[in-house]
Amino acid sequence: MAEKQLMKGNEALSEGAVRAGCRFFAGYPITPQNEVPEYMSWRLPQVGGAFIQSESEVAAINVIFGAAATGVRSMTSSSSPGISLKQEGISYCAGADLPFLIANVMRGGPGLGNIAGAQGDYFQSTRGGGHGDYRLYVMAPNSVQEMFDFPKKCYETAYQYRVPAMILADGTIGQMMEGVEINWPEIDPKTIAKPSWSLGINNGRERRMVGSYDLRDGMLEKMVLERVKRYKQIEEKEVLWEEKMTEDAEIVLVAYGISSRVALAACRIAREKGIKAGLLRPITLWPFPKKRIAELAPRVKNFLAVEMSLGQMVEDVRLAVNGATNVNLFAKPGGSPIFAEEVYQAIETIVKKGAKEYATVK
Amino acid sequence: MQLLNEKPKSLLDVQMHYCPGCGHGIVHRLVAEAMDELNIREKTIGVAPVGCSVFADHYFNCDMIQGAHGRGPAIATGIKRSIPESIVFSYQGDGDLASIGMGEIIHAAARGEKLTVIFVNNAIYGMTGGQMAPTTLIGQKATTCVDGRNPEINGFPIRVCEMLATLDGVVYAERTSVHNVAGVVKSKNAIKKAFQNQIENKGFSIVEILSMCPTNWGTRLDNPSEATKYVSESMVKIFPPGIYKDVSAK
Repeated sequence: MAEKQLMKGNEALSEGAVRAGCRFFAGYPITPQNEVPEYMSWRLPQVGGAFIQSESEVAAINVIFGAAATGVRSMTSSSSPGISLKQEGISYCAGADLPFLIANVMRGGPGLGNIAGAQGDYFQSTRGGGHGDYRLYVMAPNSVQEMFDFPKKCYETAYQYRVPAMILADGTIGQMMEGVEINWPEIDPKTIAKPSWSLGINNGRERRMVGSYDLRDGMLEKMVLERVKRYKQIEEKEVLWEEKMTEDAEIVLVAYGISSRVALAACRIAREKGIKAGLLRPITLWPFPKKRIAELAPRVKNFLAVEMSLGQMVEDVRLAVNGATNVNLFAKPGGSPIFAEEVYQAIETIVKKGAKEYATVK
Repeated sequence: MQLLNEKPKSLLDVQMHYCPGCGHGIVHRLVAEAMDELNIREKTIGVAPVGCSVFADHYFNCDMIQGAHGRGPAIATGIKRSIPESIVFSYQGDGDLASIGMGEIIHAAARGEKLTVIFVNNAIYGMTGGQMAPTTLIGQKATTCVDGRNPEINGFPIRVCEMLATLDGVVYAERTSVHNVAGVVKSKNAIKKAFQNQIENKGFSIVEILSMCPTNWGTRLDNPSEATKYVSESMVKIFPPGIYKDVSAK
C-alpha cells in the first residue's frame, strides 16, 4: 500500500519537486508560498542539491536561468506580485529553450492586493506573461495530492519540449492540508542523462551556447518558428482535463484549481435538485482543453465558467465554444473565497430562469 | 624561428564588432590569455551581458550563456552552484553592472559567490548610443546629459570597487585600465589573479577595467590617443586604479 502523509499544499509541492528530481531552488519570500523556499532550504541539501535565497525575484529567476542552462532540474516559486517581477527572466528562459519549474501560488491582486487565494494571473500564465511570443506549459492542481504529483509531469514535459513549466496554484491550495499518497517512485536525477544542450565541463567537446537572441537577418524568426512547432506538439499531445457528470449534462461548469472543487460541490447541489449539471476541469491551462469543449458544445445548452478572477478563463471557453452555444460566467475577484451555494444560484438562474449569457460581472 | 606570440585558444578566430579604439577587444584577449595560461578553458563557462559586449558569447571559445541586462552575477551564481567544479566568469559593462544590475552584483558579492567578474568601465552606454552611465564623470557629455553630467540633476558617478571592497564576501577587488601598456599588463595580472582565486575556491573576485569609448565619447576615431588621454587625465582621478581589497592570501 502506498504511504500516506498529511501535508500542507506548499510542502507537498516542494517534496513532490524534490522526488521528481529537483536539485536546485532559488526564490524570495512572499506570502502565501513561503513554505516552499523554507522547505527547500533544508530539504535540497539532504539530496545534494543547492538552495539560494536571492535578493529579489528578479535575481531568483536569473539564478534559475543559469542553473537550468546546466541541465539541473531547477525550480523557483513565488506568488502573484513576485511572478510579475520574474516575467523578464521567464521570457529569457523561454527564448533560450530552458526547461524548469515555476510555481505561482496566486494571491489577490492587482498590486499588493492581499494574501488570500485568487486566480487573477490566468492571462499572465497562459499567454506567456513576459515580452515576446512564447508559452509556458501550465498545470493547475486542485488538491494537495496534485501539488505533490504535478512537478513530475511538469519536468517531463518541460524537458521533452524544452519549455518552462508552471504550476499555477493559489493561496488556498498552498495553505490547506490534506492526505497525500506517495505512490510513485522517487527519481534520482543522476540516472537521467544530461541534455545535449547543457553547459558544463566540456572535456574537449564542441563549445555550447545558451541564449535568446539572434540579430542575423531572418534568424530570429526561424528560431521562434522552430519553437512554435514544439508548442503545436504540446497542444496536440499534452492537454489534460477531467470530467465529472458531463455525460448527460445540460449545463457544464468549467473551472480549474480550487474553483473546480467549489464548482463540483455546486454541481452536486444541482443534481440533488434535478438539474443535470457537470464539470469540466482543465488540468492544463495551456494547452487548454479546447477540442473537448468544442466537442461538448453542440449538445450542451450552457457552459458556465467559474473563476476567482473577473472573466479571464471564460475567454478560452468562448474561443473553444466559438458561438456554438451559450457561455456564462460566475466570476468573483480573487482574494476572498467562493461558495458552492452561490455558484448553484448561478446554475439555477441559467437553467430554470433561462438567463442568457449570465454573468456575475459584466 | 621562434614563436613569440599567438592568438589565445580561448578566443575564437572571428571578426569582432567593436569600434576602432574600443577597449573591449583588449580585455577579451586578456581574459582569453588568462584562461589559456591557467588551462581552464574546458571547464570555464562565461556569462555575456547586455551592452557592447553582448556578443562576447560569440568570441570566447568556451561554453557561454547570454542573459538579461544586469543579471550576469545571478546567472553565474546559478551555474557555479550547479557545477561547483566549473570556472564561471561574468563579463559586464558599467550600465549593466552598476546601474540595472547593481542589486545582482552586490548580493553575489555579499554571498561570497566563487565567481570572477570582469567589469569594463567606460563611463558611457555604448551599445545604445552614448547615454549617461552610472559611472559617467561630472561634466562628461552624453546624449541624455548634453551639457555634461550635472550632479544637481544627474547625481554622481559610482565607484564600484570601493563599494564592493566593504563587503565581507569579496576576496579581491582591483581597478586597472587598458589605456596604456602598463595598464594592459596590470589588467592581465589582475584578471589572472581573479581566475586563480576561483580555481583555489577562494571567493568573489572583481576586476574593474577602465576602458575607452571613442565613438560615444566624441573623441577622434582617427586619433585614439584622444580617448586614452581621457582615461589618463580624467577617469583615473575619479576612479583611481589600485587594489581595493585582497584577502586572497588569508
